[in-house]
Amino acid sequence: MYTASDLKKGLRIKIDNEPYVITEFNFVKPGKGQALYRCKLKNMITGSQFERTFRSVDTFDQADLQQKKMQYLYADGKKYYFMDNETYEQVFLVEEQVGDAKNYLIDNLEVEVLLYEDRPLGISVPNFVDLIVTRADPWAKGDTVSGNTKPVILQTGYKVQVPPFIEEGEKIRIDTRTGEYLTRVKG
Amino acid sequence: MEEQRQLANRRDTLIKRARIIQAIREFFFNQGYLEVETPYRIPTPAAEAHIDAVCSGSWFLHTSPELCMKRILAANYQKIFQICKCFREGERGDQHLPEFTLLEWYQQGTDYNHLMRDCENLILFIADKMDWGDIISFKGKQISLPKPWDKLSVKGAFEKYCPCLLSEVLENKCFEEMLVTHIEHHLGRNRPLFLYDYPISLASFARAKKGDPTVAERFELYIGGMEIANGFSELVDVEEQKRRFEKDQQYRRSRGKTIYPDPKRFLDALTHMPEAGGIALGIDRLVMFFTDSPTIDDVVTFTPETL
Repeated sequence: MYTASDLKKGLRIKIDNEPYVITEFNFVKPGKGQALYRCKLKNMITGSQFERTFRSVDTFDQADLQQKKMQYLYADGKKYYFMDNETYEQVFLVEEQVGDAKNYLIDNLEVEVLLYEDRPLGISVPNFVDLIVTRADPWAKGDTVSGNTKPVILQTGYKVQVPPFIEEGEKIRIDTRTGEYLTRVKG
Repeated sequence: MEEQRQLANRRDTLIKRARIIQAIREFFFNQGYLEVETPYRIPTPAAEAHIDAVCSGSWFLHTSPELCMKRILAANYQKIFQICKCFREGERGDQHLPEFTLLEWYQQGTDYNHLMRDCENLILFIADKMDWGDIISFKGKQISLPKPWDKLSVKGAFEKYCPCLLSEVLENKCFEEMLVTHIEHHLGRNRPLFLYDYPISLASFARAKKGDPTVAERFELYIGGMEIANGFSELVDVEEQKRRFEKDQQYRRSRGKTIYPDPKRFLDALTHMPEAGGIALGIDRLVMFFTDSPTIDDVVTFTPETL
């Protein structure tokens, strides 16, 4: 149980049985009056945002969120399927919930799925993922005009800037936190 | 180390802060005020419904110097001012620090109208001393300082900006919610504004208005939507003051808050206190205004989080 004085940016609370995250927070206390806690909240399921003002006597339940290790299986239209490795139970998330992580989803990739009372809300992928280059223009030696990088397309359809020596069929490592090329992977 | 870098970046603001405080002292010295100091650590703070004191052993750190300042007035000092640190438990936000700097001034034989003139003159004096002109940029707005400033009664503010009537708001005990949601951001947008004549139920130390006992002679100064000062014609009726303390104590008791002992010596002194006007002005916020700083963190050397 939280009280109003525990409220801060990033805190996850439960209101009317739905999980919310506080995206903005401010303490106000007009004219010797009672303290108020003005919050912007985001519904973690629907993504809808709203403002709400709480008093110091208000209390809140913690939003009970779980992280579970799961394996990416396949995508079917806008649905992305994952499997719990222990129970073999399958869940799916829609494209909006997966977000940028879809750029790194290759078969059998192990991800963390965020669940709220068994409902999946989002995923987080490993910090580093190795992906195969499926399309790249050949390196024109002596080409100094095009600069130090060139665009390539990876097996997930993700387009990324890489050094000019990277060729089709090679495997490269991407930092998923920045979305940028890190290094070439041998083998 | 990040804190040290940010502290170094606040140099210009801290220089301005020091100069503003110097100008405040000059303003009051020029008018024959006596600067006084009163103890920070006191046996009992003023019982206010929504202000909690920080404990210090079996005593408390003062939440404002109000009680001591009035005892000095009652001993027949005519014009006094103080710049001091005050402490309020649990107050932390973009405009709040649990330890902050307050300016208070009191003058015998005056009332809240006189204090409003003082506010105008003080802030214009500072702007002039600093050579900042009489238009100050704050939060993307140009605030024009030349007199006279705007005045709006609390009742008028609710009629103008709030979807419900003040009487309904008081009945439903949601005065503060309505004020911050619908009204405050409109106040003092183009020039400073005095929000005045507060409902009598929202006054701890202000006397009832002559001719209208439903309101108190109390005002708040707003600049750019930010509350800067709270002043009033002082209540000098001991019996009425005791009743208000009792009401605030009852509220505190019902909420399980700390009950403060009665400030007996203050109440004794109040019987000798002449009519007076008294006001508290937040120096940190005044510096925020003059330096166009978005948060109170930007105008102090350290916040509790950086110690």
